[in-house]
Amino acid sequence: MSEDRHPLFIPLILVGGVIFGFGLGFSHMARPEVVLDFLQFEDLGLPFVMFGAAIVSGIAFAVLPRIRDRAPLTGSRYERRLKPFDRNVLIGGAIFGVGWGLSGICPGAAYASLGIGNVTILWALAGMFVGAYLQGYWRS
Amino acid sequence: MVTDPLPLQIFAELFPNGISRYAVGGLLVGLGVIVIYIGTGIPAGASTFLESTLSYVSDQSRFQKYVSSRDWRVVFTLGIVLGGLAFAATVQSGVVTTSLYEPGTTGELYEVAGVTLWTTAVQPWRLFFGGILVGIGTRIGKGCTSGHGVCGVGSASKTSLVGVATFLLVAIVTAQVVAALGVSP
Repeated sequence: MSEDRHPLFIPLILVGGVIFGFGLGFSHMARPEVVLDFLQFEDLGLPFVMFGAAIVSGIAFAVLPRIRDRAPLTGSRYERRLKPFDRNVLIGGAIFGVGWGLSGICPGAAYASLGIGNVTILWALAGMFVGAYLQGYWRS
Repeated sequence: MVTDPLPLQIFAELFPNGISRYAVGGLLVGLGVIVIYIGTGIPAGASTFLESTLSYVSDQSRFQKYVSSRDWRVVFTLGIVLGGLAFAATVQSGVVTTSLYEPGTTGELYEVAGVTLWTTAVQPWRLFFGGILVGIGTRIGKGCTSGHGVCGVGSASKTSLVGVATFLLVAIVTAQVVAALGVSP
């Protein structure tokens, strides 16, 4: 698959990631304290980040399929990729919720947090890999 | 003495750091998602990287299904790290200033080669054990705050809306209980 990729595929992913990470830094989501302040109702700003981003992307998800059929760099169709609902969404969501509420950090914000200089977040990243490995081991 | 009208007082209490840094940051996160989606048709989430990267070092069948996307997911994550660094080198360092940005008082600032960096005061055990649960939960639950919260909610996916409601509620209860037990920060 990687051999016949468009030469701009990887550079575009990098640019998108940089904008995404800059936004997580600017919004302070890369700071666990600020996420914990939201969860403890001391600063209610967080929904502006998550739902702001969801609205912006939602507009693109809705408009693009009406303008073009396929993405220029992959030839993939612009379509909704809906994940099937089952009990795992609730079980996994609840486990994630306990972890997020305990640590104040989620995966994307943890990567950005490393970028803003938060070396201590390596504890969280190490934990995330351990957790992802454990569930993969159980489910393989 | 002049006091602010009541609505302003309530606003200042609910949003002690204003809302512009959150709204602008959210717009940028959404823009990053859009840039990738326009070019590739992929609604990118952040947590799949954890499993796809494990496929480099583990033969578990669960990770092998991400082999075809693992290289660009490494690039996406590297981009997020670099984006955080770009933010640190510009706005966080005060090289670029804007009234839309509220610096806040959390954690510790330190400086390396003229760049103002930041580190958390949240205790490592919380980050590590919380991280383990984040790693398990996001992968069993099919997504995290970006996959479900941004891309899923953006596509009005019922699965994602239920996922977001679940992890938000549980996280609020957890954080409140942990704070009530006197753990800080």
